[in-house]
Amino acid sequence: MLPFLLEIGTEEIPDWMIPGALEHLESRFRELLEKNRLAHEPLQLDATPRRLVLRCPGIQPAQESAEALVTGPPVTAAYKNGEPTPAAHAFAKKMGTDLASLRREQTPKGEYLAYLQRTEGRATGEILAEALPELVLGTYFPKAMMWAGKGTSRFIRPIRWLVALLGDAVVPFAIEGVASGNTTEGHRRLGKPGLVVTHASYEQTLRDNGVLLSAAERRARITEGAAALAAAHGLSVATDERLLETLVYITECPTPILGAFAEEYLTLPEEVLVTVMRYHQKYFALHRADGSLAPNFIAVMNTSADPDGLVRSGNERVLRARFNDARFFWDVDQKRTLADRVDSLAAVTFQAKLGNYLEKAQRVAKRAKFIAQPLGLDPGLIERAALLSKCDLTTELVKEFTELQGVVGGLYAEYQGESIEVSQAIYYQYRPVSMEDEIPPTLLGQVISLADRSDTLAKCFEIGLIPKGSSDPFALRRSAQGVVKILAEGDAALGGIRLGDMCFGWGSPLFDFFRERIRHYLREHRVFAYDEVSAVLNQAGNAELVNIQELIQRLSALQDVRKSDDFEPIAASFKRIKNILRQAEFAGGVVSEPLLVEEAERALYGAFTKVRADVHLQRAAGDYSGALEAIASLRPAVDGFFDQVLVNASDEQVRRNRLSLLHELMTELSAIADFSEIVTK
Amino acid sequence: MPPTPTISYQDLIFRLKRFWAENGCIIQEPYDLEVGAGTMCPETFLRVLGPQPYNVAYVQPSRRPADGRYGDNPNRLYKHMQFQVILKPTPANIIELYLQSLEAIGIDLSKHDIKFEEDNWESPTLGAWGIGWQVMLDGLEITQFTYFQQCGGFDLDLIPAELTYGLERLTAFLQGVESVYDIEWTPGFSYHTVRHADELQSSVFNFEMADIDSLWKLFEIHEGEAQRLIDAYPGYAEKGRFPVLPAYEQVLKCSNLFNLLDARGAISVTERVGVIGRVRKIAVGVAKLWMHQQHGVGELAVAEVVA
Repeated sequence: MLPFLLEIGTEEIPDWMIPGALEHLESRFRELLEKNRLAHEPLQLDATPRRLVLRCPGIQPAQESAEALVTGPPVTAAYKNGEPTPAAHAFAKKMGTDLASLRREQTPKGEYLAYLQRTEGRATGEILAEALPELVLGTYFPKAMMWAGKGTSRFIRPIRWLVALLGDAVVPFAIEGVASGNTTEGHRRLGKPGLVVTHASYEQTLRDNGVLLSAAERRARITEGAAALAAAHGLSVATDERLLETLVYITECPTPILGAFAEEYLTLPEEVLVTVMRYHQKYFALHRADGSLAPNFIAVMNTSADPDGLVRSGNERVLRARFNDARFFWDVDQKRTLADRVDSLAAVTFQAKLGNYLEKAQRVAKRAKFIAQPLGLDPGLIERAALLSKCDLTTELVKEFTELQGVVGGLYAEYQGESIEVSQAIYYQYRPVSMEDEIPPTLLGQVISLADRSDTLAKCFEIGLIPKGSSDPFALRRSAQGVVKILAEGDAALGGIRLGDMCFGWGSPLFDFFRERIRHYLREHRVFAYDEVSAVLNQAGNAELVNIQELIQRLSALQDVRKSDDFEPIAASFKRIKNILRQAEFAGGVVSEPLLVEEAERALYGAFTKVRADVHLQRAAGDYSGALEAIASLRPAVDGFFDQVLVNASDEQVRRNRLSLLHELMTELSAIADFSEIVTK
Repeated sequence: MPPTPTISYQDLIFRLKRFWAENGCIIQEPYDLEVGAGTMCPETFLRVLGPQPYNVAYVQPSRRPADGRYGDNPNRLYKHMQFQVILKPTPANIIELYLQSLEAIGIDLSKHDIKFEEDNWESPTLGAWGIGWQVMLDGLEITQFTYFQQCGGFDLDLIPAELTYGLERLTAFLQGVESVYDIEWTPGFSYHTVRHADELQSSVFNFEMADIDSLWKLFEIHEGEAQRLIDAYPGYAEKGRFPVLPAYEQVLKCSNLFNLLDARGAISVTERVGVIGRVRKIAVGVAKLWMHQQHGVGELAVAEVVA
């Protein structure tokens, strides 16, 4: 077995693309080895911004040789009168051999000329030399470039060097004039270029030249270094996985340093300070023991030390300028209150065909008041929150820090003396931004968020902006998912809102779209079984669909009752009833007691009448488990009916009466869940 | 305390010019028309097209009317100065060269932190895009680095590297001052002395007094001139003397007028895309003429003669 090392040396690759590129490179290299029947030990992938590295401690040095019997023309055609024909010569030529080396093979179809062809196993180095250019260039990046001119290779950034070693030998290939070799480059400032490496020396040579190859090691160096700096000042580092991941892949030699800013900036809202630090400067924010934000930050350098403190003071200066900007914007923004900005929303486009944000805010206000009618919220507050909700789009602070939209509006509203309800509704209006995010904490906030999202959905559907496949430019799926999450996890009173009238009733594409989002939520986030979700969703009308909390109660009840012995058989019977009714094309009728002639059908009718009354009461009381158990308890009566009664009686009146009984049973008892949807064993 | 021995604003420019001159660049002077960025100068926009190598560096005052702050904001300017470098094709050691240029202006890189953060560039108005980074020095963005891929709607034959240094930022950093207006232009004269009146008065004009109707009229005049020339080219016999560069100047006029109208709040959101499309049309039109005239590329249909 021979060790293999491939290093693709590039200019700085965007951090977020690196893990995906490594995965892709690994799976394609493994395929290459397998396709060529080369045994190998596990692959190891590493990367820094300037290098993608694939290593394998052992690959089979060459393919096994293979032999295959190739059949040629029948002997009868190959020889005439003992003399070889042109067909025989042609076959020998094709096999690259002479007539003497051919043999005769007996087959069921007769005797044929044949040749035992031996394929010599190729050397692994040769195979790799041929395959590596395409392997390297085929690595997937979301956005690639050319660097050597029109029509040349594409990669994420220019390839500047290539190391390819199999055993002690260089695997020779070239990409756009860069030939593979055994020399690598160190850190741009801490290391040297032109470093000769072997398998044994590679990682250490990089380390000696300022490059930590292992992402895990860089990660540890950042987290441990940052924690130590913070602890030395009695502070703690705000956990930030995303930022950490960025820093790991934007550095070859990460070194955290601690910086400070003047206490006076702490009068700016923490949200603004943290956003500037995290997103704009890639700093970790720090907290004091009491949880408050500290006037400090941790920056991560891509070098080993800051001997004169210049990096620290430079970063402090940049942060100061950023904070000054933010304070400047804050002050400028206070010259006009949010309320004064409502009319300016007319100049901010919502969507080319859907008008501006003034119209949007007015629609949200109207919609919010309508859907919230049953909730007893003050319509004045709803109107105020909705109209002010988009005003921060006209502020300098949001133009500068777009990720703070909503948050800035909420902060300004509070600062300008709006009520706490209104401020909070504005602050949290864009929550949840993902399924992991929290929903707005107040009922008013939930209503505003629902009204805003349902408006966007309804309006986009109206002009045909309907998500298809992976194309969803307005993130409508996420928006709808947010509606579902708020309905499911928000205030219990939301079950009564009139969203259905306005949204679900609106038209079938949106109705179906919502149903799918609800199904997705119940399946993926509440982990209910597929058939249970179908059983409940199929029976929910428009208005009921909004009451997701109630749907969840039904599903939990269904999950419970499913464990009982009676459940599966009764579910199977419901399916049977459904089929009978469908085959009979029966639309329903009234059950006549005198026409119930058989004992078993009278028994079923009696049991059903009692259960129906119970179920109505239990449903009204929200006791779904009790109701479903009561339905399941009909099992013996239903079984008895099917054992002893023939639905297709010769007397048409009796037959219709039996169908009526089944129909009534089906419709009355499927209101909570459609049992016929349950998959039975 | 300044982080490095102080260098004046003009000395920084001298050293950058000297450095890039020694590395094979033509040192051009600023283009004498209003532009929003050094990229728009013909030295970049037209020269990156076609298969001929070209290396050039120049300072370009760049006007962004909407960024004006009446001279009040320490970091934002209506007109800031860019140092623009085009290396076509890109040499393989481009990043090393760039880092040496920083050393040349007095930045001791062994004592600082440099990072290359992804930042791609796209200009719908110019039919141009590229891939690159913003270069961060101790957390401060000091340079835009772009590998052009397309310009004027053409895939580029040779891939140029474009380096754009923000001169005010860089000097403020080196001089350790908090406001661009405190930059020492040359001993005895500050950036404030030289430029403040310009910032203040231009902001007043751009935001308050520029006459919207006149700006629209001018826009239409220059757009008309550009289009008239573009239409005239196919029927013009002596292609080599056809005024393609003057046609491009009409495009630059339109682009600046668009920015002024935008700052003045005169372009509604619905109009915006349409107006950008109009500028793009003439910009791409001129790029086509240039490719045909200078590089013999492309077919140009002779416009029908309208009586």
